[in-house]
Amino acid sequence: MTGFQATSELSSWGRVVRARQDVVRPHWRDQLAAAVEEAGARPEGGLAVGLARSYGDSGLNSGGAVIAMSGLDRVHSFDPATGVVRADAGMSLDALIGLALPHGWFPAVVPGTRFVTLGGAIANDVHGKNHHDAGTFGRHVRRLALRRTDGSVRELTPDDPSGLFAATVGGLGLTGVIAWAELQLSRWAGAFLDSEDIAFRGLDAFFALSAESVRTHAYTAAWVDCTGRGRNLGRGIFSRANPSPDPRRTLHRPPRVSIPVDAPAALLNPLTLRAFNAGYFALKAARAGRRQAHYDSVFFPLDAIGAWNRLYGRAGFYQYQCVVPPASARDAVAELLAQIAASGEGSVLAVLKTFGALPSPGLLSFPMEGTTLALDFRNRGEPTLKLFDRFDAIVREAGGRLYPAKDGRIGAGMFQAGYPQLAAFAPHVDPGLTSNFWKRVKS
Amino acid sequence: MSGQPRRIVILGATSAMAEATARLYAAEGAALVLVGRRLDRLEEIRADLLARGASAAEAVAADLARPDAAADQLAAWAGPQGADAVLLFYGVLGDQAQAERDPAIAREILSVNFTSAAEWCLAAANLLEAQRRGALVVIGSVAGDRGRQSNYVYGAAKAGLGVLVQGIAHRLALRNTGARAVLVKPGFVDTPMTDGLPKGGPLWAKPEAIARIVRASAQGGGPVVYAPWFWRFIMLIIRLVPAPLFHKRPL
Repeated sequence: MTGFQATSELSSWGRVVRARQDVVRPHWRDQLAAAVEEAGARPEGGLAVGLARSYGDSGLNSGGAVIAMSGLDRVHSFDPATGVVRADAGMSLDALIGLALPHGWFPAVVPGTRFVTLGGAIANDVHGKNHHDAGTFGRHVRRLALRRTDGSVRELTPDDPSGLFAATVGGLGLTGVIAWAELQLSRWAGAFLDSEDIAFRGLDAFFALSAESVRTHAYTAAWVDCTGRGRNLGRGIFSRANPSPDPRRTLHRPPRVSIPVDAPAALLNPLTLRAFNAGYFALKAARAGRRQAHYDSVFFPLDAIGAWNRLYGRAGFYQYQCVVPPASARDAVAELLAQIAASGEGSVLAVLKTFGALPSPGLLSFPMEGTTLALDFRNRGEPTLKLFDRFDAIVREAGGRLYPAKDGRIGAGMFQAGYPQLAAFAPHVDPGLTSNFWKRVKS
Repeated sequence: MSGQPRRIVILGATSAMAEATARLYAAEGAALVLVGRRLDRLEEIRADLLARGASAAEAVAADLARPDAAADQLAAWAGPQGADAVLLFYGVLGDQAQAERDPAIAREILSVNFTSAAEWCLAAANLLEAQRRGALVVIGSVAGDRGRQSNYVYGAAKAGLGVLVQGIAHRLALRNTGARAVLVKPGFVDTPMTDGLPKGGPLWAKPEAIARIVRASAQGGGPVVYAPWFWRFIMLIIRLVPAPLFHKRPL
């Protein structure tokens, strides 16, 4: 099959980069086989993409071939007794939850959106609010099939001696096209969590709450007011939760509202951001306490609004997500927050979370023990990039690194400094595959 | 029917709309018979439907465009328990420009979309009437509502199929058989069949949306159902546009 069609409709979630690409959408396994070989034979190489929730350019291949995987979404097998599921890589977590929850199972790790494919979750080795408890997504992959552009198919397990499994988990789709994956799901009684929100003032309070909560709660994360200065610096709402014994298995609903058009660029400015953050803190602080909550509102609050990325206007936005190791976490995060507050930029959803010590299986997996900070910045061009350069210096000095799934700008030096296993990874790259991200950082 | 899972025969099971509909039935624990040309693809779907809760799924390779003893084959697929629904999804869009030049291509479009489909529909009508229960749901098209230069060969076949299914619905109702027939007419649907067309915009529906309408149509309503519903009004307007005006538009 050929059927590659030129289009510029595929863009990253942050929408800063828009690229013309030749896209094919296979629906059957034999079509995938043909598409991977053909993509690999093209001079600009190929790349498989899922639901395009990566913010930067790791899911783009300008001028090259792109295999859109979401049409391959079939389950191969699911055992409701053991919670082992094998499915095509294009299946979404949204669909997987719909399949598993009625039988009392839930994905062991979910990121902040249900709209990621299994292949995408593996290629970015995504993490969730339970990183300290369950590690990354890749830890729960029992087996996967990798289709290479030379026509070969490799079935890989975590104990794969060749290193290709470790390169593929977190490998940004560069080691081959993940055709299917087998996952171990987690036992869940129902669809609900017992959650608790606690207002905190200052980073010391955050670290104290986090240290205490990782022992008692499976899920933790904090929202921080990234506009808070002076005595409000580092204030926020700490959320922690455990799956509830409540047996009701109510599934989530599709998005109720969708942002139909690009918002005016001026909507999110320093003034509205300050107002929003202050209001949000006051509201959440007033409502702090324990409650039962559905998984959809705990894990995927933004999924309720379709195409929310349009809120940042036509110029799009960046996300900056870093992790810094425990020894330097306190000072580095304080410095980052001070810089962000001084800039007046930053987002409505700034997230701070402590990663645990469970090792990630992938050579290029982002999570490592320490503290991660994630927030969105509207794209204002040069001033935004200058601000990020200052952040980079702080992160690098602290021995931290950035998340490729969120990045759209760092250079080779910054990437290599954060990922010491890059040299071990590089030999596993499929020569027929590449991405804008990879072209930028590999040199 | 007591206690037994529903048994659903799906003709053209590898179509995107068929697969989405089969998933709805699988989630209900139905037993599914999947008929299509490509056994490897039917097997991909079969495993998926079993994992999604189908109580049984059977893949049957058959070239539906060339019916051979349609009544016998359909009876075998329905099995001793009989079919609760026969769903007909298969069809080809074809190439209008080629069909205008090459009668063999025109004949193929008409034969697949109308002649062969009509044979399966008539066989299904007899089966359901004999069972005294069950529904025949057939995928038509809004292209059958008015001949347009861009796809009138396909449209003519779907229009003919529409009249046939309406007639079957009339017959089954009048004879008090307890069986029903429904024609579902989708507008633009985002499927591999339409991958050559520019997609997007409010008129394009996902196969899952059509599937919900097909599932509901097997239960009640009809005999003609637009999918989604707003196409009824769009096509009403299109039919009402006077020819002198219509003929100035390259629709």
